[in-house]
Amino acid sequence: MSFEVDVELRRGERRLGGCFSAQDGLVALFGPSGAGKTSLLDMIAGLVRPDRGRIVIAGTVLFDSEAGVDLPPERRACGYVFQDGRLFPHRRVRENLLFGWKLAPPERRWLDLDVAVGFLGIGHLLERMPRTLSGGEAQRVAIGRALLSGPRFLLMDEPLSSLDRGRREEILRVIERIRAELDVPILYVSHDRSEVDRLADRVVEIA
Amino acid sequence: MLTPEEFAIIVLSLKVSGVAIAAVLPLAFALAWLLARGRFPGKLLLDALVHLPLVVPPVVTGWLLLLAFGKSGPVGQVLEQWFGVTLIFRWTGAALAAAVMALPLMVRAIRLSLENVDPRLEGVARTLGAGPWRTFASVTLPLALPGVIAALVLGLARSIGEFGATITFVSNIPGETRTLPLAIYTALQVPGGEVAVTRLALISVALSLGALAISEWLSRRSGGNGDGHVL
Repeated sequence: MSFEVDVELRRGERRLGGCFSAQDGLVALFGPSGAGKTSLLDMIAGLVRPDRGRIVIAGTVLFDSEAGVDLPPERRACGYVFQDGRLFPHRRVRENLLFGWKLAPPERRWLDLDVAVGFLGIGHLLERMPRTLSGGEAQRVAIGRALLSGPRFLLMDEPLSSLDRGRREEILRVIERIRAELDVPILYVSHDRSEVDRLADRVVEIA
Repeated sequence: MLTPEEFAIIVLSLKVSGVAIAAVLPLAFALAWLLARGRFPGKLLLDALVHLPLVVPPVVTGWLLLLAFGKSGPVGQVLEQWFGVTLIFRWTGAALAAAVMALPLMVRAIRLSLENVDPRLEGVARTLGAGPWRTFASVTLPLALPGVIAALVLGLARSIGEFGATITFVSNIPGETRTLPLAIYTALQVPGGEVAVTRLALISVALSLGALAISEWLSRRSGGNGDGHVL
């Protein structure tokens, strides 16, 4: 199993979290807006601490409330791609891309800058500042930054939702290529049925 | 040009302000951090305490410093007996007064910029492998830098102009605690001192403009773009 997730978090009256397990490939978490899909990804990334539960991904226990395991985010090795790109505004594209790469231990760097840049078609953007990028460009850089950090798995939180139709197609193709060519499990959050049908090997419904 | 006395006054003023601001900057940053990000009981009280020197008359601040750091004050006694340090009537005391008076302005400036740093960007850095300290150094601090520069400029301006708390706490001793504002005040008391007053006043205006110019230059360099205005 690539993904074994069973977590719960109470926020006032609401109960957030989820329970699923899945094999390699692209697993889509599908559900309406506000169902807590982003919270679930944040828990898996280690940015939000669940009240209880267990997260095992690609053979590593990331969180286990009973065993007292709670790896900090920097030791979970997840490549997190956010809805809004979330590039570092004070650093050039090149520095954004290399941020995680420089921090990763050499044996975990399975992708080089040149390869990633060619793959994503962002060679002409390297010296630009993030605020000068279009939405699609920023999202490609964000994907590159996540891939270059040497992740053991990818988390993608509606990476298309802030883009217009043309850009969506462009990023969709990038994600399809990542799925086909790179051997990395992906957890993909979306509320769009057609996206999920096109990309996912397995769909988990989050209500 | 400058007379030796004027030159000495400028050097003293810069020494007092420079030491005050350099010493108080880490404290101001820590307080700003606590107030911007912390959640703890007594936060409102801490906020009020930090702002106190901004709202009470400077003479009162000077008097409180005198009570605490004077020969028989609780802090003053400890400093004197344990470390042999005396602040009262010394330039170091003037620096303390300047630091206390500058603190609230500096905390405000840094706090504002810290509150504008998107905590989600810090989360991104964490997922990319940066521990808490590296995240702070590579994301939080650079993004808050305009506020830190603003704090330095405001603090320097405030401390170079400090008068009330200084004269109350460390008196007006030539060569030791007589900074620019105190020298201007002293010259005003002397019949026919108008020329001296005018010269000193022009010097303090020049100093302030110089500080502003440096801060503008710094913010341009740190921001790398035109929208990095500090004040």
